[in-house]
Parts: sequence; structure tokens; C-alpha cells
Amino acid sequence: MLEIKNLVVQIEDNRILNGLNLTVNDGEVAAIMGPNGSGKSTLSYVIAGKEDYEVLDGEILLDGNNVLEMSPDERAAAGLFLAFQYPLEIPGVGTMTFLKACINAQRRARGEGEISTPDFIRKVNAAADKLEIEKDMLKRALNVGFSGGEKKRMEILQMALLEPKFCVLDETDSGLDIDALRIVSEGVNALRAQGRSFLVITHYQRLLDHIVPDTVHVMSKGLIVKTGGKELALELEKSGYADYRSEAA
Amino acid sequence: MPAVQETIDRVRSIDLDQYKYGFETVIEMEKSVRGLSEDVVRFISAKKDEPEWMLEWRLDAYRRWLTMQEPDWARVSYDKIDYNNLYYYAAPKRPAALSLDEIDPEILKTYEKLGIPLREVEVLEGIAPERRVAVDAVFDSVSVATTFKKELSKAGVIFMPISEALREYPDLVRKYLGTVVPVTDNFFATLNSAVFSDGSFVYIPPGVRCPMELSTYFRINERDTGQFERTLIIADKGSYVSYLEGCTAPKRDDNQLHAAVVELVALDDAEIKYSTVQNWYPGDNEGKGGIYNFVTKRGDCRGARSKISWTQVETGSAITWKYPSCILRGDDSRGEFYSIAVSNGMQQVDSGTKMIHLGKNTSSRIISKGISAGRSQNTYRGLVSAHKKAKNARNFTNCDSLLIGDQCGAHTVPYIESKNASAVFEHEATTSKISEDQMFYCQQRGLSNEEATALIVNGFVRDVLQQLPMEFAVEAQKLISISLEGSVG
Repeated sequence: MLEIKNLVVQIEDNRILNGLNLTVNDGEVAAIMGPNGSGKSTLSYVIAGKEDYEVLDGEILLDGNNVLEMSPDERAAAGLFLAFQYPLEIPGVGTMTFLKACINAQRRARGEGEISTPDFIRKVNAAADKLEIEKDMLKRALNVGFSGGEKKRMEILQMALLEPKFCVLDETDSGLDIDALRIVSEGVNALRAQGRSFLVITHYQRLLDHIVPDTVHVMSKGLIVKTGGKELALELEKSGYADYRSEAA
Repeated sequence: MPAVQETIDRVRSIDLDQYKYGFETVIEMEKSVRGLSEDVVRFISAKKDEPEWMLEWRLDAYRRWLTMQEPDWARVSYDKIDYNNLYYYAAPKRPAALSLDEIDPEILKTYEKLGIPLREVEVLEGIAPERRVAVDAVFDSVSVATTFKKELSKAGVIFMPISEALREYPDLVRKYLGTVVPVTDNFFATLNSAVFSDGSFVYIPPGVRCPMELSTYFRINERDTGQFERTLIIADKGSYVSYLEGCTAPKRDDNQLHAAVVELVALDDAEIKYSTVQNWYPGDNEGKGGIYNFVTKRGDCRGARSKISWTQVETGSAITWKYPSCILRGDDSRGEFYSIAVSNGMQQVDSGTKMIHLGKNTSSRIISKGISAGRSQNTYRGLVSAHKKAKNARNFTNCDSLLIGDQCGAHTVPYIESKNASAVFEHEATTSKISEDQMFYCQQRGLSNEEATALIVNGFVRDVLQQLPMEFAVEAQKLISISLEGSVG
């Protein structure tokens, strides 16, 4: 379970989050929607532990442990995963090399043994097939020269291999065409299992047609201003964010 | 890159005291008197029992050296070296060993600690024949052991300390010594010509592919001692040799001077692959101590269709001044230079290459990867030139610099001279930083700071690492990670 209590965050003296509260239960898929500049991406970065953000107040508890006291890699080993809106390119580093290094780093941090090479290859191949990732892509340097859709599928592949407890998807639908959106969503849905929770950040309803959320939160000016079921997303699609902009102002 | 995991483990296991080869061997040494004079030159020559012409050659070099000025064009700064306060010769006191059993056990232990096997029996066990490496171990001024000599001589390969070659094959040495790097070439090369004490000599006869890797391992141990080694490699027509050089030194507060000369000669259709893993003591984080590495390395593609390839991984030394070069004299000859230069702390590197195209249809390729961290300065300096007669000369140069942190510097200084209109030279250069976003991305996947840096840096240098013989590539990869330990805040 992830609990965010009274989270206040600023970056270079600009207040972005203003005492945000949010709870995502085990196995729950929560969507966060909101206009540009409402603090959605900031929230995802702060959960994952990006440096530039100054946390002035509040707590983020993953199963009762305050992740704000952990480094980003410790958070990853504790089960936090962030699918990036803009995945980074790592020139010269083969995708397989990267994947294996990450899996083993997390296993070591949890005091588990390293994965054997045959197990690793089997796992990657199985996950790659589901996401329609070509073998050739796995041989290339990570994300270098990948199309937007390929990068997003690679994020979901990593998520599948690392088996996190809590996944944050930051605008995973941006830059995806219909087919890629379907593949990515199916990949995510396949990972919806008892115990695993998701925080899906998006501007648009269309992603939520594919990844159907249990709850929808509306974010504005660094706060959750409304919470409802999946029908709230449909409502927003019709009325837009105008109401919420003024509501929070 | 199967070694990444190993690299990461290695990085994790080391403590803050990064330089693991910094120990000192306590052993009785015989030294020349402090300082440099004709008498010292005579002393060195006499110690080596050299022919008269060699002594004259040295004295001539010494006299020339007295008239020369230390060069100051490189982008490095250091306190003036007091050449009269150095020892120019230091050798273990025990008489030269005829077999390994006679080597001072302290020296054997030193090389064991460094991971350099000198006992052939141990080397032989469990190693496939093609993976064997013949080693010449140079301790301060003298060679203390050369392995696999017998087996090499069966193939007609001569691999021995140059001091021994001067006695056993004087004509061969005389024919080639100083023909690639002339006695008067530059201040440091001239000094080396006067006082060089040992180094390796290699001769590969026509048509022979050297049956194993050859390697020289240099160790500076004594305080205030300069190491001036001289290496001469001749690949006769149609032959092939791959040669590797490794270097370490103890940690000392004062600077030690290393001024080596390496000459390579490739005759028609011959190929020489020369790899260096340089890990001299770099000094501490404040810039105290460390090796001054002023080295002249040059290869002469003397024959048609000959090829010389330099690969270097430079992680050590307080100051590096080094430009392994190729003279492409033979028609259709080819020169290559692959370099990874890592600087951290207060290290200063000014390194690169020269590709001198003289013959027709000559080609060269330069791939240089500079990585700067800490408060270090890293300069690539390279010359590509085409002579009037170098019809259809081709060069491709790629210089990439990677900066870690914001207190270091990377500089690229290319010189291009073409006197032939048909020459085509290409130059590419990039400078990048390991971005905080890349680091965060890797960390979000579970990699620690060090692991993420090692991974990104390994990716950056991959093209060059691929040029190294496999086992050295693994070693080089570890070395790079260790050198950068603690460089990311």
C-alpha cells in the first residue's frame, strides 16, 4: 500500500505540491488526471526520488516504510517502478546488459542470489514476445535510435522483468499510436495481479479505455481536488479541466 | 559486455584508497650515483656490458640532450623536474637470474601480487595454448624475467630484454635502433637514448605469426628513480605480432619520472598490434605524488601493405604526455590508434597520435575516448598529415569526450595538414556529460551511483575496448571503473 500524507514539494522556490494526500491500496489501479502544470510529473519524480525536488513536508509510505529516506536505487529494490514519460538513451550499453545489471542489482539489494543466464534469457524472451519487441531491438544499445513507441514498450518490458510492487506510469500514452497503445496497455494489464498497484498519470481518457482504473483522482495546483470511480474520467473527457482550474485557484 | 557485473563487483569491493598497486617491495638495490653525467652514462653502459658503439651512441645522445630544452607546448603544468636529483639506474642487487628459481623471492612475490605470472608451470596449468602470454618483467631499470623464451625461439621469435639483445644480436639491434625515433627526436626521447637501461626486444621472422601474445610488465619501485625503458619491435615481411604493455608503481609523495621510447618497424605485409594498459600511480586527490609519464611511441609502416595498430587504456600517471604515432611510409599501409584516456583527481593528460601519410593509398583511423572527472584536465592532441606523394591518403578521426562533474576539462586539438589534393580526411568530435537524467534513470532501475557510472562509461568506451585482446579488455574495464570511483557525487 502506498500512502502519501501532506506532501509539500518545491523546486527552485516554486511550490509544486501543496500538502497532497493520496492512498493507493494493494492491487488498486489509480489514475491521476489533470491539466498541464498541475504537478503530476513532479509527483511521479518525487515518489521515485529524483534529486532536484525539495520535499518540505510530508511522508510517502510504501507498506509503512518512508521512502523519502531512501535513495532512488533503494526505492527501486523496495519495489517502486517509474515508467518514464521520456525514457533515457544509454549509448553503447546493450539492452540485455542493462536489463541483467538492473535485475541483479535489485536482487542483491534484497539479499537474493543473482539470476542465472538461461533463466534471464528465458524471462526476457517471454516478456519481449508479449510486447511484440523484436529480438533485434534487444541487441541494440538501450533506447538509442528507438522510436517513441519502442521506448515505451521497453519501459513496460523492464517493468515486467523487475516485478515491482508499485508502478507509476508517467504519461505512458504520450507519443503512442493506436496499435502501440493497445500493446502497451495489454502489457500493463497482464501485470495487474493481486497485490501489485499502479498509479497511472495521464492527460487523456483514451488510455483509461484500455487500462481501466479502480479510482480516478483529479489533480490541480498540487492537490488532489476530486476522487471518484472510472466514470469520473469520462466526465472529464466531456467537460475538460476548466472547472478544476478555477476550483483550486 | 559480460564483464560489467564483474566491474560493478570490483567497484563495490574497493575501499576509498583506490590505487591497489601502491605497495613497495623492500629489497636491496644497486644504484648509480644521483644525477646525470657522462660517467653515469658510462656506468649504465658498462653495467650492461654493451658494445663500444652503443656507448658512443648513448654519449652522443647525452651531449645532444644537454643542448635541448624541455618542451612546454602541452596543456600540462608541473614543477620543474630537477634532472640532477634523480637516479638513472637502479637494479636488484642479486646477480641476474638464469632461471626463475634464482630470482629474488621478494620480486617474484611482487609480480604475484600484481597478478603477473612469471612461473611458466603455473601459467601453463589450465590455460589453453592460444591464451598464453609470454611476459618480460622489468623491475626499475632491469628485466628480471622473461617467460616462454624457449617455446618462442622454436618459432624463430626473439623476445628478450633489450640489454641481452644488444649482446646476442648486436647487428639486428643496431640496424633498427633509433631509426623510427631518432636520437634527437625530442627532449625526452634523447634523454632516454642516453640512459635507457632495459626494455623488450622483439623480432618476428618473415612469414611467422607469433604463437602467443607478448607482454612486458613495467614496475617502478625505487624512490627518486626514473624509469627509461626502450622497446624495439621488428615484424619482418609477412609476420604478425600482438604485444601488450602494463605498468604500475608504488604510492609515493614525490613524483617519479618515466620517459620511455617505443619503436615499431613493420616490413612488407607485416602487422603489429600494440596494446597498453597504463596504470602508473596517479598521485593523491590533492595532486601530490604520481608518475610523470613522458613517452615517445612511434611505429614505422616501412613496408608495403604493412599495418600498425596502437590501442591504449590510460588511467594512471599524474601527467601523461604521449602520442603513439604511425609513419605510413609503405604504399597501401595502414595505421590505427584506439585510445581511452581516463583522468580523475588532479591528473593531467595530453595525449593523442600522429598519422603521417607518406605512401600511396595509405589509410589511418583514430578513435579517441577521453573521460574526465574530478578536477582533471584531459586533452586530445592529434596530427594527420599527407605528404605530396601520398596519393589517395585516407583518414577517419573520431574524438569523443565525456565529462563527469563540473570541475574537469576536456580539450580537443586536431592538426590537419594535406599537401596532396586527393587526400580525404574526416574528423568528428563530440563532448558530452553523463546527465543527471541518465543517472536517475539507471538508479530508478536499481543501480547504485557507482554501478550506473560504470555502466554508462563502459558504454562510452565500448568501441575501443573491443580492440583489446579479450582478457585485457576485462582488466581494462575494471581499471576504468576503479579510476572513476568516487567521481560522481
